[in-house]
Amino acid sequence: MAVDTSSQSVAKAAGDVARGPSRGTGKREGRLKRSLSTHWYAWAMVAPVTVVISVIIGYPLVRGIYLSLTDATERNVARTIGVNEIPATYEFVGLDNYKEALSGGQFFDTLGWTLVWTVACVSITFGLGMALANILNRRIAGRSFYRMLLILPWAVPGFVSVFAWRFLYDERRGLLNSILAGGGIDAVPWLNDPTMAKVAVIAVNVWLGVPFMMVALLGGLQSIPGELYEAAEMDGAGPWQRFRNITLPGLRSVSTTVVLLSTIWTFNMFPVIFLLTRGGPGEATQILVTQAYKFSFEISPRDFAQSSTWGVLILVILMVFAAVYRRVLRKQGEVW
Amino acid sequence: MRRGIAAIALVSALAVSATACGGNDSGDTGNKSSGELSGTVTWWDTSTVGSEDKVFKKLAEDFTKLHPKVTVKYVNVPFGEAQNKFKNAAQSGSGAPDVIRSEVAWTPEFADLGYLAPLDGTAALKGEDDFLKQAAASTEYNGKTYAVPQVIDSMGIFYNKKIFKEAGVEVPKTIDELKTVSATIKDKTGKTGLYLRGDDAYWFLSFLYGEGGDLVDAENKKITVDDEAGVKAMKTVKDLVDSKAAITDATNGWDNMQAAFKDGKVAMIINGPWAVADTYTGKEFADKANLGIAPVPAGSAGQGAPQGGHNLAVYAGSKNLDASYAFTEYMTSAESQAKVAKELSLLPTRNSVYSQPGVASNEIVSFFRPVVDKAVERPWIPETGSLFAPLVTEYTKVLTGQTTPEKGAKATADEYRKLLKDWK
Repeated sequence: MAVDTSSQSVAKAAGDVARGPSRGTGKREGRLKRSLSTHWYAWAMVAPVTVVISVIIGYPLVRGIYLSLTDATERNVARTIGVNEIPATYEFVGLDNYKEALSGGQFFDTLGWTLVWTVACVSITFGLGMALANILNRRIAGRSFYRMLLILPWAVPGFVSVFAWRFLYDERRGLLNSILAGGGIDAVPWLNDPTMAKVAVIAVNVWLGVPFMMVALLGGLQSIPGELYEAAEMDGAGPWQRFRNITLPGLRSVSTTVVLLSTIWTFNMFPVIFLLTRGGPGEATQILVTQAYKFSFEISPRDFAQSSTWGVLILVILMVFAAVYRRVLRKQGEVW
Repeated sequence: MRRGIAAIALVSALAVSATACGGNDSGDTGNKSSGELSGTVTWWDTSTVGSEDKVFKKLAEDFTKLHPKVTVKYVNVPFGEAQNKFKNAAQSGSGAPDVIRSEVAWTPEFADLGYLAPLDGTAALKGEDDFLKQAAASTEYNGKTYAVPQVIDSMGIFYNKKIFKEAGVEVPKTIDELKTVSATIKDKTGKTGLYLRGDDAYWFLSFLYGEGGDLVDAENKKITVDDEAGVKAMKTVKDLVDSKAAITDATNGWDNMQAAFKDGKVAMIINGPWAVADTYTGKEFADKANLGIAPVPAGSAGQGAPQGGHNLAVYAGSKNLDASYAFTEYMTSAESQAKVAKELSLLPTRNSVYSQPGVASNEIVSFFRPVVDKAVERPWIPETGSLFAPLVTEYTKVLTGQTTPEKGAKATADEYRKLLKDWK
């Protein structure tokens, strides 16, 4: 959310510079006045939304940033219990939390796995989604039935499917291992072995993410005019050439958007990790958000400051990613 | 809009608590004996669903027979979630129960955070001299009593007598014997010896104590988990899993442990009285006599099982303190404890209950009574409840081969040093 807003405002600011004359303060005031007098109605209409958004997004954001600069824990925040009022005693500590997070190994270890997880999930999901979309874009028997079936993982609430997977993965009583046992294969420690657990969480996230990719890309595919393919075929282009030179460029605007969205979602995909492994075994599958959650809800005393610090760092990482991504696209001539 | 609602809620909450407070004061001065209790008491129970919860629910609701104007709301919160849920609710002030079944290690922590009402001089404490000394120890914090002991427990080996007979082995007394016995069981019956919980560090304690170690030494303000004994205990559990004497899981340990034992897939588990009622529901234990219980296997320094248990504590923000005190007293009274001991084989915290008929003859209670007397008591400091989170991470890492026993113990100790500032 924050990423979108920031990049849009950047775009707007850039547009202003390109369009408008020099930014004299006097002129700016005049423009503001004019825009208020002509568009007062529009301003009035967006005001409630602005207020609500600033309350439900702005306030927690500012509060989070503030907490990351303090040493707030469960023990020193203000709380009112019955008649006892306990005042807050936490103190401002400046950037100490950031120093601690960025100098210890834990943050970078977790970040490393988070990046592996994000890249693996997004690339596999995108690859599978692309393949399925291309298959389902052809005229095959039972096409709409398959489309329905493939959208199913998306229709089931996420936590339900993750729980279902957890039962499937169970080493001793899970369905997967019973099937393997039927084939004479030893039980696989799906969630008990650190490497297998990593594979397992990625598999579930891919399973959950493919429908979105597929639907988005299918939509993109249908907007590519059929004549292009016909013309290419006439010129003797093979299927692979057609795919590379027509399908891929035609899908560009769709795929750049879904990759960006999917990256941000996967980076912060809390439920899959939390419900499947709780970050375990040990901390093998802990990504940044689940670790931040652990700081503020699972350890005791709950470390609100540390948790907010990680939260702010996650925000910064995603903002940098979005900015770089946009810049790369713009260099390639994409307006986004 | 949201703010408006919050403000109204806050104001009304303040008003209600103010009136409740006023009511209290008059109650303390003399209204108590004549005033009839009324209102709702919400109780968060953490007992095992499907076996223990039915008995506790019935017992709790019977409170209304004594006080017809009081409504008891029984809520079962899974044990693993209760600590966090209560903290969330207690801190925000909304949705917190009036009475919580607080594990012994949670009690000093909740008290330290200001969430619990001090019970000295209230109706909640009755016949204090009757309580076992070890049970009462965890209810005190900074010179005040914040909870009333409900049950006390320790751990032992639960074993399947049928499997032991089939394999022709005796119950292991030491960890070395545990390994050989497990090997024999595997040879003769194809079953696994022990299920060791790998996702909860409480199950690690008996191995740590068995080597003469401890998590911390509160008297000398010293962190001891990374001492030689701690490392050795880590090596022991790792060796049990590596040698296939034990199986373990990094997630869903409780369910898998109980299922494996109840279905006769493993011959032994380490567990406490709280698991007895649930174990009896298994098909292997339809004949209750098939369940054998023995002391935990000894390490190089002898046997050592942790002393645990549960207290009942009253939330400081409760709107109905008087009824909550009375409810707490009722649930921890000798009669209630006797009922629970008879039906669920849980250990009473009152001395007098042990001699009651039906309790004295209960095999499991009489087995655990001396075990509890010898059990290792943890230091009842607010941080005791915080010691498990770092430990379980490293414990699981050691069991799954992600770190060595030495490094695991060291990493745990480093976390403890952050938690307990100025400790050595």
